Amino acid sequence: MLPYLGCIILFLIGIYAILTKRNLIKIAIGFCLLEYAVNLFFAFIGYKKDALAPIYTNAQQARNFVDPIPQALVLTAIVIGLGTTALLLSVAIRIYEKYKTFDIKEIKRLKE
Amino acid sequence: MNYLPLFTALPLLGAFLIPLLSKIWERLSDIIGNIITTLLLILSIYSLFLLPIFGNIYVYEIGKWPIKPIPLGIVFTFDSLSLLMVLIINLLSFACAIYSITYLDNYTGRWKFWTLFLLMVAGLNGIAITGDLFNLFVFIEISAISSYALVAFGVEKEDLEASFKYQVIGEIAGLTILLAIALIYSKTSTLNMADIANTFINENKGTLFWFIISLLTFGFLIKSALFPFHFWLPDAHSQAPAPISAMLSGVFIKTLGVYALSRLIFNVFGLNRNNASHYFDILIILGILSIIIAGFIALKQENYKRLLAYSSVSQIGYIFVGLGIANFWGITGALSLIFAHALGKGLLFLTAGPVEREMGTLDINELAFLKKRMPFSGIVYTLGALSLAGIPPFLGFFPKLFLILGAIKEKMFWLAIVLGIFSLLTLAYLLKITNKVFTKREGEEVKESGLIAISFLFLVFLILILGIFYFNYLEPNLISKASEAIIRGIEYARLVLMR
Repeated sequence: MLPYLGCIILFLIGIYAILTKRNLIKIAIGFCLLEYAVNLFFAFIGYKKDALAPIYTNAQQARNFVDPIPQALVLTAIVIGLGTTALLLSVAIRIYEKYKTFDIKEIKRLKE
Repeated sequence: MNYLPLFTALPLLGAFLIPLLSKIWERLSDIIGNIITTLLLILSIYSLFLLPIFGNIYVYEIGKWPIKPIPLGIVFTFDSLSLLMVLIINLLSFACAIYSITYLDNYTGRWKFWTLFLLMVAGLNGIAITGDLFNLFVFIEISAISSYALVAFGVEKEDLEASFKYQVIGEIAGLTILLAIALIYSKTSTLNMADIANTFINENKGTLFWFIISLLTFGFLIKSALFPFHFWLPDAHSQAPAPISAMLSGVFIKTLGVYALSRLIFNVFGLNRNNASHYFDILIILGILSIIIAGFIALKQENYKRLLAYSSVSQIGYIFVGLGIANFWGITGALSLIFAHALGKGLLFLTAGPVEREMGTLDINELAFLKKRMPFSGIVYTLGALSLAGIPPFLGFFPKLFLILGAIKEKMFWLAIVLGIFSLLTLAYLLKITNKVFTKREGEEVKESGLIAISFLFLVFLILILGIFYFNYLEPNLISKASEAIIRGIEYARLVLMR
């Protein structure tokens, strides 16, 4: 149960950072935390207590294997997360070049 | 129909060829982009004739991993609803690709635009044809990431700001969807949509089931920008280059939001008015709030593209009212509106391009005083606006008619009256632009370039012809079949798995 609680705490920290921080980089970090929380949760789903890694063995009797699919899916999700984080940070850098600040209070040229 | 993977493979091929080949000659990227979108359009029209032969559903097993007895591999399932979405996506991307050839003269980095554009089309087509839940997520992210980059394509201050906002909100929605997929997998141990539907039939619909539904609804409502999740849309859609605004408002929010949500809600989770009437009531209420609030905000907008963007939020409200009514008439109305709005709003956003280029501004009040006039764009704009507002001979009339009929069939007379009254609001805010920008009699006449005019005429032609032949061709052959595909609910699972 404890690891799931850890996921939830990580998720909440991420949401907190996105909602309250004024610095673009800190928002990006908050977004990363959010993503790690979801990925971690996904990886935990495949876990079984005292199970083996799902590699072909010569064992004669049926063995208890860990579910490998969530791990494969999380790998994909991590790569997608890498792409979005890179894009988010590169847009943040371009914003800094134009506005000379990371403060979202000063970056509001778009009206309501 | 074993050419089904080409719908994503062709644009991906184009997207990765363009960076290599455009080093030789930059104009090559225009040619490749247009060839790919034309081929996609031909393929989707070909599917329109081929699909009925296959009994209106076709399952493609990737890598020949069999779907029976247990679905191990990834499948593409192509039914009438996918066909409708694929047809809309490729019609509009064809028009936008022709338009972009001359429009891109204002920008540098032509090949980057085409790469991102084709990636976005690949993602959108993938969403429409996939039958696998995680695959759906991957395609959503492919199209979403390329759209974030395309919104910032102008790299002006406002573009970057809009793109950052859009990215953070869009990714929160994406992660919510991923979390829901994780929970679904933990519950069912499968990712095939049909198999998930089969598993959930026998499950007790407990707290976890509704938690999954709410996570998915939250994620997809952000993606489709229904009120109160619409706040990112006006920024993103008004700052993007004109063809991208057209794609985003025309097909993007509908494929990512409306199509994906309705596929999951109706076909995978099997919700309908009998077992989940509260859920659909919430959709109707949010839809109505969206129609009214976004409609009034649109009315007081001073910027050409922001007005159109708020109008999109309002029209998305109509689509969700149709889904919330959830009978045959309501869903037919929603799907017809997806079609009519894609062509109509796409057209209106495309007219913003030449206006901005020739007149140098998009502020409606400044445009009103400029001594320049664009009669051709004006006529095109007005035809598109009349279609969106639901004036009879055009395509946009029929969706509103079906929505009102659907509301009456469900004995929701107040809803029918609200829908009828507020379509006048649509007419009011859309004709505000005609009134201020396009009715000038004096001033220097500015001509649009040839390719841009061709893309306008293509869309106007479709709006007129499909409107006139709505009951003869479009409704029986395409839209009512697609709404039957939604109405049949988890019957979908049996059709896919029993192949």
